[in-house]
Amino acid sequence: MKIVVPVKRVIDYNVKVRVKADHSGVDVSNVKMSMNPFDEIAVEEAVRIKEAGNADEVIVVSCGVASCQETLRSALALGADRAIIVETDVELQPLAVAKLLAAICHKEKPQLVICGKQAIDDDANQTGQMLAALMGWGQATCASKITLNENVATVTREIDGGLETLEFPLPAVISADLRLNAPRYATLPNIMKAKKKPLETINPGALGVDVAPRLRTLKFSEPPKRGAGIKVADVAQLIDKLKHEAKVL
Amino acid sequence: MSTYSAPVRDMHFVLNDIVGLEEITSLPGYEECSPDLVEAILDEAGKFATGVLDPINAIGDQQGAKWMGGEVTAADGFKEAYKLFVDTGWNAMPCSPEFGGQGLPTVVSMAVNEMWKSANMAFGLCPMLTGGAIEAIAHHGSDELKATYLPNMVTGTWTGTMNLTEPQAGSDLSAIRSKAQPQADGSYLISGTKIFITWGEHDMAENIIHLVLARLPDAPPGVKGISLFVVPKFLVNSDGSLGARNDLVCASIEHKMGIHGSPTAVMAFGENAGAIGYLVGDANKGLGYMFTMMNHARVNVGLEGVGIAERSYQHALSYARERIQGAPIGDKSGETKAIIHHPDVRRMLLDMKSRTEAMRTLAYWVAGQMDRAHNHPEATARVTHQARADFLTPVVKGWSTEQSIEITSTGIQVWGGVGYIEETGACQYFRDARITAIYEGTTGIQANDLIGRKLAREKVPGSTAKALLAEMATFANSMGNDESLLAMARQLNDGIAAMQRATDWLLATYDSNPRAAAAGAVPYLKLTGIVVSGWLMAKSAQIAAQQIASGASDDFYRAKIATASYFAAHQLPLAAAYAAAIAEGSAAVLDIADGLL
Repeated sequence: MKIVVPVKRVIDYNVKVRVKADHSGVDVSNVKMSMNPFDEIAVEEAVRIKEAGNADEVIVVSCGVASCQETLRSALALGADRAIIVETDVELQPLAVAKLLAAICHKEKPQLVICGKQAIDDDANQTGQMLAALMGWGQATCASKITLNENVATVTREIDGGLETLEFPLPAVISADLRLNAPRYATLPNIMKAKKKPLETINPGALGVDVAPRLRTLKFSEPPKRGAGIKVADVAQLIDKLKHEAKVL
Repeated sequence: MSTYSAPVRDMHFVLNDIVGLEEITSLPGYEECSPDLVEAILDEAGKFATGVLDPINAIGDQQGAKWMGGEVTAADGFKEAYKLFVDTGWNAMPCSPEFGGQGLPTVVSMAVNEMWKSANMAFGLCPMLTGGAIEAIAHHGSDELKATYLPNMVTGTWTGTMNLTEPQAGSDLSAIRSKAQPQADGSYLISGTKIFITWGEHDMAENIIHLVLARLPDAPPGVKGISLFVVPKFLVNSDGSLGARNDLVCASIEHKMGIHGSPTAVMAFGENAGAIGYLVGDANKGLGYMFTMMNHARVNVGLEGVGIAERSYQHALSYARERIQGAPIGDKSGETKAIIHHPDVRRMLLDMKSRTEAMRTLAYWVAGQMDRAHNHPEATARVTHQARADFLTPVVKGWSTEQSIEITSTGIQVWGGVGYIEETGACQYFRDARITAIYEGTTGIQANDLIGRKLAREKVPGSTAKALLAEMATFANSMGNDESLLAMARQLNDGIAAMQRATDWLLATYDSNPRAAAAGAVPYLKLTGIVVSGWLMAKSAQIAAQQIASGASDDFYRAKIATASYFAAHQLPLAAAYAAAIAEGSAAVLDIADGLL
């Protein structure tokens, strides 16, 4: 069985994100970039499934600029077998990425795609779902536990107020939540081996996918600064403020 | 509490633009390595330092290692972290591939080791000591010793220690009294008490391999009668499995000012039948063997200075950004602002940053000299690089560690009153830093080595220093082409001239009046640190200016020019003061009667 894991290169979670002065986007020049943490969990899960003898190959895929190669190398250092970069300088939106991944899935014919539930930059939480729809496969999002038995997956999902367990046939798309596992630290020998693992470069045209953006971003802005608090005289005043100032009631 | 973040951008700059990583990785023996691999290694090591070692640093300080009936338990989390450290293969990084290491250049290990020292200096000492023991066995041990001990020491499954010091034999190892009695089977029975044994006993590894200096019954007195022995905590059976407990015990551990996470053991060998040990190399040559690995060990302690200074800087910077206090002088708005806006706080932060970068640049540059001395294809080049590494090793050790004490002290100062309170964490870096200027040869010992063996008693006295001075002067004179660096060029030239004066004076004085020369040894060590790293910082500024001129938008280059300018303006002028103290200050030190001190 093959497992495909899409990984996204995002601003490192430790970096304080700054909006560009002209509000056209977020400043990513000379900022530390890393693998999206949820994708790291997805890679870890795929590698564990392989180590348990339930998969033969883990393929990591990243779509975006050439430096996504570094992100793929970290995934290879964690234990993935080979990597594919779909290289483009175009700003990629979830649907375009889903289409690219679908094209890769048609080519590679994996039984399972494990992706992060969302990327920490745009928090879209869409790509995995779109990919499942494009492929006509089953899906389970926000997985906190995955069990594979022959061609059946059992997935525990974290939902509001509890856990939900789903059982469905493969092929399928599963998206990883925070508590699925704790990703390992890459070992030095594996970091060194990662350099020698195959990394294939494909361009979107070769996959027959039009990646032109369909959504237009009007403006980026920082969240409003939090003002000083005030003391209210009584409950009536609090209710009044919640109703008329905060407009939350 | 700030989280450690490895300064990989500066590390890459120093490695690539100042040390010449590309050239080093193309040397024979380093084919496995390449600059992009180094990038991946530093990124992953940084994650490990931040995620595993940094979180247990304060725990190690607060709990310390615990001694109970001869057994030592490391602070909470250390054992688990050490296991992960071994499992991820970091312990093997600098070792030879012959014994399961990765055989990476020294300079790459330097950058990675700096991260361990920044994130958790007490923890980092354990693999550092193992590394020293590995070197001693690899270079001087028999094939049998190598085969028995190295594989497990390289992985880190077994750790190593260095047993040199005895109560009466500190800086003067000729006073060593520990005994080694030859046995019929070729082994030796070791007895004696050793003190200050870093990680001498602990619960993180299956076995501890002690390297012990001791005297044979017929040994000549003094330094020419000291031999080196391998004395394992558990004897090793012929099939490699662990056998009986050897006759050695950790009698106690010290209560120290800092590095509480690192147990400093008093080791008692041979209290009963005698501890079984095995001779390393030839009899009576032990001290010489120790010195062959001393360069690496000393540069590594210098690197502790870099690491602890970096950590203290990051800790101070995060506080200066968030602590709001007072309206800055000259700020017309009158608003209270974060203390980073106050001119003197900025000066302190820049002082910490600039000096730490200068120390890092010098340490890595010297490691680059070591790599070239080791692997350069041409013999003459190897000799030149070795001479430079030898000359600057005591400087990296002595100067960087002395600076780290000042820098971590400034770190507390940025925090103000709360910095003096233990909970904030600023104190730990200061307390941890203090030992670095003492162990592995005090600053005074380093400075005597510098003006003696490395300068006045060099084969051609002063030749290495003079060649370096000439190269630095050529560079400083070429800086005139860049208008923006004119002031820096002048400051560097003044510094070089001061080093020239001090060098000439020491060379002229050393034989006729060695006491006067020795009184100026530490000032000369500091002067050399300032001038040579000032030269490397000026080089860094020149490269940064070229990058900016050719359109680079990376703010890193602007910051580098700022730190280099600060260093040139605030540190390089001290060189002239040190030169004056060396030439004119010895009488004041020597003439006063002992009773008047």
